[in-house]
Amino acid sequence: MNPYPVIWFILVAILYAGFFVLDGFDMGVGMLLPFLGKDETSRRMMVNSIGPHWDGNEVWLIVAGGATFAAFPQWYATLFSGFYLPLFLILVALIIRGVAFEFRGKDENPKWKSFWDWSACLGSFIAAFLIGVAFSNILRGVPIDQKMQYVGGFFNLLNPFAIFGGVIFVLLFVLNGANYLVIRTGEPIDEKAKKLTGQLWLVVCLFVLVFGALVQVFAGKSGWLGWYSMVFFLACAAAILVSGFAQKQQKGGWTFIWMSVSILLFTFGIFAWLYPNVMISSINSLNNLTIWNASSGIKTLQIMTVVALIFVPIVLIYQGWSYWLLRKKITGDKESLHY
Amino acid sequence: MDGTVLSQWQFALTTVYHFFFVPLTIGLSVIVAIMESFYVAKKNSVYKAMTKFWGTLFLINFAVGVVTGIVLEFQFGMNWSEYSRFVGDIFGAPLAMEGLMAFFLESVFIGLWIFGWERLSKGLHLATIWLVALGMNISAFWILAANSFMQHPVGFARVGDKLVLTDFSALITNPYLFNQFPHTVMAGFTTAGFFVLGISAYHLAKKHNPEVFQRSFKIAAIFALVSVLGVVAMGDRQGKGMAVMQPMKLAAFEGLWDTEEKAPLSLVAIIDQDNETNSFAIKIPYMLSFLATNDPNAKIIGLKDLQAEAEELYGKGYYIPSIPLMFWTFRVMVGLGFLMVFFGILAVVLAFRRKGFEKIKFFWVFVPVIALPYMANTAGWLMTERGRQPWVVFGQMLTRSGTSPILNDRPWMVITTLIGFFLLYAALIVVDVFLIAKYSKVEPSTGDFLEPKTNNPTPSTEVKK
Repeated sequence: MNPYPVIWFILVAILYAGFFVLDGFDMGVGMLLPFLGKDETSRRMMVNSIGPHWDGNEVWLIVAGGATFAAFPQWYATLFSGFYLPLFLILVALIIRGVAFEFRGKDENPKWKSFWDWSACLGSFIAAFLIGVAFSNILRGVPIDQKMQYVGGFFNLLNPFAIFGGVIFVLLFVLNGANYLVIRTGEPIDEKAKKLTGQLWLVVCLFVLVFGALVQVFAGKSGWLGWYSMVFFLACAAAILVSGFAQKQQKGGWTFIWMSVSILLFTFGIFAWLYPNVMISSINSLNNLTIWNASSGIKTLQIMTVVALIFVPIVLIYQGWSYWLLRKKITGDKESLHY
Repeated sequence: MDGTVLSQWQFALTTVYHFFFVPLTIGLSVIVAIMESFYVAKKNSVYKAMTKFWGTLFLINFAVGVVTGIVLEFQFGMNWSEYSRFVGDIFGAPLAMEGLMAFFLESVFIGLWIFGWERLSKGLHLATIWLVALGMNISAFWILAANSFMQHPVGFARVGDKLVLTDFSALITNPYLFNQFPHTVMAGFTTAGFFVLGISAYHLAKKHNPEVFQRSFKIAAIFALVSVLGVVAMGDRQGKGMAVMQPMKLAAFEGLWDTEEKAPLSLVAIIDQDNETNSFAIKIPYMLSFLATNDPNAKIIGLKDLQAEAEELYGKGYYIPSIPLMFWTFRVMVGLGFLMVFFGILAVVLAFRRKGFEKIKFFWVFVPVIALPYMANTAGWLMTERGRQPWVVFGQMLTRSGTSPILNDRPWMVITTLIGFFLLYAALIVVDVFLIAKYSKVEPSTGDFLEPKTNNPTPSTEVKK
């Protein structure tokens, strides 16, 4: 048997999980920016806490997209052309959010700053929400014909299940954004963020359980790992519980780590439900895209595997190192703020 | 207009726009790295002030380059799904590798560079900016490897209705790539060289901070001249490569309708594509044959014969790109190239003559010169990509066959996104130019050159943020 499509399914899952964990918390910080930051110094602290990292975090999305293209061209083509308008909105949101972080500090006019702060907030929210909507639709199944073409409309994608999925993504990201702020910022942001995480974690935990149950009922017919996806969603909820427990113990680092683990598990839950499908057709399961009929040839996958096995660990090391080097808490001390 | 044409407009808009930012980023990363190297080697804090001044402009530019880059990767699937299916086995890999090897490198280390001034040792901090510069160039390599495959496909086999990779090393040793990569990267260096020259000249004319801007001017003068000479030299090689790899494109940008020995070069021409003739032309005899092959007597195949040959190979169709567009974009690119060589020489002469900078009155001429590389870059890409038409992968797939079917059914979707991108990008460029202009004019004060006395750093040229 050719193992490479399986390997690449797992690798693509890991890349998206990396994106959700890393860019997730900086989108969370973006969403919280105008709400937790009530004065200029606070907002600068928040932006500075993710300033050196958001760009590297977002590269996980670029690489996940590139890996989908390289390893599963049919999946990439069907998904990206089918979800044309939502993806356009995600792109616009990501653009606005990215330049907002860079531009807000470049002028002293309060209206200028406020404009970019709200841009960062809205951009992060729209991106997080629509990514949730997109993945929920992938789970639910969308109309795909025999030629692997998406034949639905734009509003097909805005069904209640998908909207609920969008809300879950927003909540997961906001919660972990707040967790991140607790460990990375000083007075007064850390206290506010801590209060928010205390109020939020149980709600998020319940939402995840509901989502896991809804997947079992409403998602498209799964592959043979379907039931195991529930294991991942339960484990995800458990990780949130542990995270909440750490939160109560005032252990900010563990709160963040366990919440990040829960986002990993949540992503694996989604991919476990899909396997071995990558796109479920709501018209006819014979039209499903699977890791077998959507993948590249062995030669391409072999080369890609070697490259990934060398470079993914290297990236993890230097990206982790960059977090370690800049681990000092961001305070209101103006000299240490760059953005 | 149908989905294909609209998608082509959108692709042109988003790539040309992205490429307003990328060349400057590629080149400026290297210039900033050179300046910081001087700072570390000479321990002269003037170089630190230079590094920070140009670094700020670099970052403003970098941000827009990053966010507009994601669009390009998504767009292949969104607008060109059938193309993506057709070449995914080959084309996706370089994109993924670009992300893994280059984007992570530049994005992580740019963050460390911005925030690491006080936290990293000088040597380590210097290493971060060189890693960023390295990342930029690796990125250029992979994306041009992908583009070269579209121009001159190698290392593949056609299996059913798809192209399949047979030889990865052929893909990354594509002869087309080895002309295009240095040409493009050096065009980026040129863009940055003239950018630094122009802004330095502005400050020198205003008598701002001579220490910073004389040094910047000198570094940029050498950098710009060497780079633009490199671009011209590689461009010459590209022309010769094209004579072998893409004779249609060569004949197209020369407006050469009939096969000729001792083919002349037309300086200007009035092209009548419908009647397949040029109604007027000023020609230099032998020149085209000489430039394309080093032999003034060589035979150059004309468009009519190439069209006949293409019909024989690929069936009935029209395989000639838009000749006026090709002819003039080529001349704009080359003309600007030589104009830049002139300004590069002028800058070097001014920078290194004995008299020094004080007496020079006409520094301002270098300010508008900043625009020249941008125009040449854009013309070059239009020529390269439009010259490939009607193919999306030369000889393998017509552009028309690559479009997403859903967009052919519903062109309004592309119209929506085309308008959306246009408005967003127009707004962004206004903001970006405003910021670049603002931070270009900031005058670094003399006090900034003193090393911090106490543990209170940030003696930078940056405006307080």
